[in-house]
Amino acid sequence: MKSTHSMTWWDRFRDHDITYSFCHSPVTMLAAIVTLLMVLAAFGAPLLTSYTPFEPGSLSLMDAFLPPAWEPEGVSQHLLGTDGQGRDILAAIMYGTQVSLTVGMLSVLLSVAIGIPLGIIAGYFGGWVDTAIMRFADIQLTIPPILIALMIDGITRTSLSSEVHEVIAIPVLIVSIGLASWPQYARITRSGAMVERRKDYIAAAKLIQTPTALVLLRHIFPNVVGPTLIVATIGVAVAIIIEATLSFLGVGVPPTTPSLGTLIRIGNNFLFSGEWWITFFPALTLVVLVLSVNLIGDWLRDTFNPKLR
Amino acid sequence: MPDDIILDVKGLKMYFDVSAPLISRMIRRTSKQMLKAVDGLNFSIRRGETFSLVGESGCGKSTVARAVAGLYTITDGDIVVEGENLSKIRDKTKIAAISKRVQMIFQSPYASLDPRWRVRDIIAEPIRAFHLAKDKADERQQVDTLLRQVGLSPSDGEKYPHEFSGGQRQRISIARALSSRPEFLICDEPTSALDVSVQAQILNLMTELQDDLGLTYLFISHDLAVIDHISDWIGVMYLGRICEITPQPELFKNPLHPYTRLLLATIPDLSGETTHVPLEGEVPNPINPPTGCTFHPRCPYANERCKRERPELRRIGPSEVACHAIEEGRI
Repeated sequence: MKSTHSMTWWDRFRDHDITYSFCHSPVTMLAAIVTLLMVLAAFGAPLLTSYTPFEPGSLSLMDAFLPPAWEPEGVSQHLLGTDGQGRDILAAIMYGTQVSLTVGMLSVLLSVAIGIPLGIIAGYFGGWVDTAIMRFADIQLTIPPILIALMIDGITRTSLSSEVHEVIAIPVLIVSIGLASWPQYARITRSGAMVERRKDYIAAAKLIQTPTALVLLRHIFPNVVGPTLIVATIGVAVAIIIEATLSFLGVGVPPTTPSLGTLIRIGNNFLFSGEWWITFFPALTLVVLVLSVNLIGDWLRDTFNPKLR
Repeated sequence: MPDDIILDVKGLKMYFDVSAPLISRMIRRTSKQMLKAVDGLNFSIRRGETFSLVGESGCGKSTVARAVAGLYTITDGDIVVEGENLSKIRDKTKIAAISKRVQMIFQSPYASLDPRWRVRDIIAEPIRAFHLAKDKADERQQVDTLLRQVGLSPSDGEKYPHEFSGGQRQRISIARALSSRPEFLICDEPTSALDVSVQAQILNLMTELQDDLGLTYLFISHDLAVIDHISDWIGVMYLGRICEITPQPELFKNPLHPYTRLLLATIPDLSGETTHVPLEGEVPNPINPPTGCTFHPRCPYANERCKRERPELRRIGPSEVACHAIEEGRI
C-alpha cells in the first residue's frame, strides 16, 4: 500500500470507502445524476429556455391548453404543452423546481442552524439546560410542521398587505418549515454529544484549559455532525413535500412565482376537463426529485452506519 | 526537603452525588446519597520519582488521578502542586502555568484521541493552547521531535488516529502529553488496554523518557507486575482510602497490610508451591461503606476496634500502614 503521506487528495478520494460504495451502487449513481440534472435545469432555467412563464406580458392566450408535442394537436415549441394562460409547462416546471429546491434547502439549513447548536449544548451540559431545551423540542414536535406553517402564514397574511405578503411569501415559508423541523437535528446531535463528552479526548482538551466554547466547536461538533448531514439530505426531500403541500393548499408561494406544488394545484383544476398534462408533469417532477434525494439520503445513511455495512 | 515534593495530597475527599431526582426522593422519603469515591487520602510524591496507586476496580484510583489533574471539583482536602494549592488559585495565568506542567495519559488509546483530528494537530494542541511555538515552522519542528521521541516518524503526523494500532496510539498520547514540556505526568492505567508485549514497550518508553526529561509520574494501575516494573513508591488503595504506602522492593518482600497480602496472594504462581487462602466477600458498596476500617468485613484479623475506629496511616519501618492489628502487634 502506498504511504498515506504521498497521496494526493484525488488518490485519497478515489481510495475512499465512500467513493467505492458510491461506484458500486447503480441506483445511487442514477439518483445522483437525476438530482444533479434537475438542479442544473432549475438554476440554469434562464439559460436553457427562452420562455418567461411568469411575466404576464410575454404570454399569448392563443397558445393556451396546447397538449404535449407528441399529441396530435401538440406543437414542437411547447414540448410538454401549455396551461390555461399559454404558459410553457416545461419552462414553468424548471422555474418551479428552482423555487421548490430553494425553499427545501434553505429551510433545512435553517433547522440545522438552530437544531445542531441547541442539541450540542443540551447533550454536553446535561442537567436542567438539557431538560429545558429538550422539553421545548418535545412541545415543538407535538405540533405538525404544516400546522406551524399555516399559523405563521396566517399571521403574516392578516398583518401585512397582499403586495408585501407576496414579496415575503417565500422567506416566510422557509422560516416556518425551518422552525418546525429543528428538534430532529437537536435530538441527533444531543445523543452524539452525550456520548462524546465522556470520552477522554474531551478531558484532555479540558486539561489544557481549552475554553468550553472551543471544546464544543473543535471537538464535539466535528464528531457529531455526520449523522445530521444524512438526515438533512432526507430533510430536503421532506421540506420540498411540505412546501408542495402548503402551496397546494394555497398558503405557500403565491401563483406569480409558482413552485411545483402551486403548479400541481393550478393543473388540478383542469384535470377533469381532460388537460392532464398541466398537473401531471409537475407532479412527476416532484416525485422524481423527492425520490432521488431520498435515495441519496438512504445510501448516505447505509454507508455511514457501520452496523448496516 | 519540602521543595523536593512536587505533589502533596492532604485529606482528599471526592464524593459524587448519586441521589435520585428531587421529586422521587420526596415521594420515597429518602435522603441524598453520596458515593464516596475517595475518602480522606494523604500522600506526596518527590520530584523525579514514580508513585503508583494500586487497587481493585472501583477503589477510586482513577478518581484520584482525575482530581489531581484538576478535572473534578474536589469535595474536600488540598492538592498542592509545586507549592500551589489547586483548589485555591483563581488567577487564570497561574492555572495555565500549572496545567502546562501537569499532563495526563489516559487509559483508552481509542477514546483519548479526537478521531477527526490529524495526529500532528492532536500533538500540537497543547503547544497552541499555551503559545509555546514561535511560528508554524517551529511548531512543526517541535511535533516532529516529539514523534521521534516516542518512536514514531514525522510523516505519521499527517495520518488520523484510526490508522494506528493501540500501542502506537498510546505513543501519540504520550507525545501529546509531553508537548507542553510538563514535569509531572499523571498516567491513568496507560497500559491496561494493550497487549502484554506492547505494554512492555510503552513502559520502557516511559522509563526512558523519565530518565531523559526528569519526569515525575503518578501511575495508576491494577496490574501488580506493571506496578513492580515502574514504581519507586506504591500506595495500595481500598475503597477510597490508602491502606499502605511502601517503597517498591518492600511491597513484594514484606507486605504489611492484610489487604496488600491478599492482593499479592492473588498473583497466579506456576510453581504451585504457594497455598491459596481465598478471602471471602467482595468490595463493599462505596455509597454505604463499612464503619471503622473499611476492610474489616473481609479481614481475618478484624476485631471490635476495627469495626468502630478508622485506622490512620502510621510509619512502620520504611512503609506507612493504616491497620489496628499491625499497630497492636496482632500480626
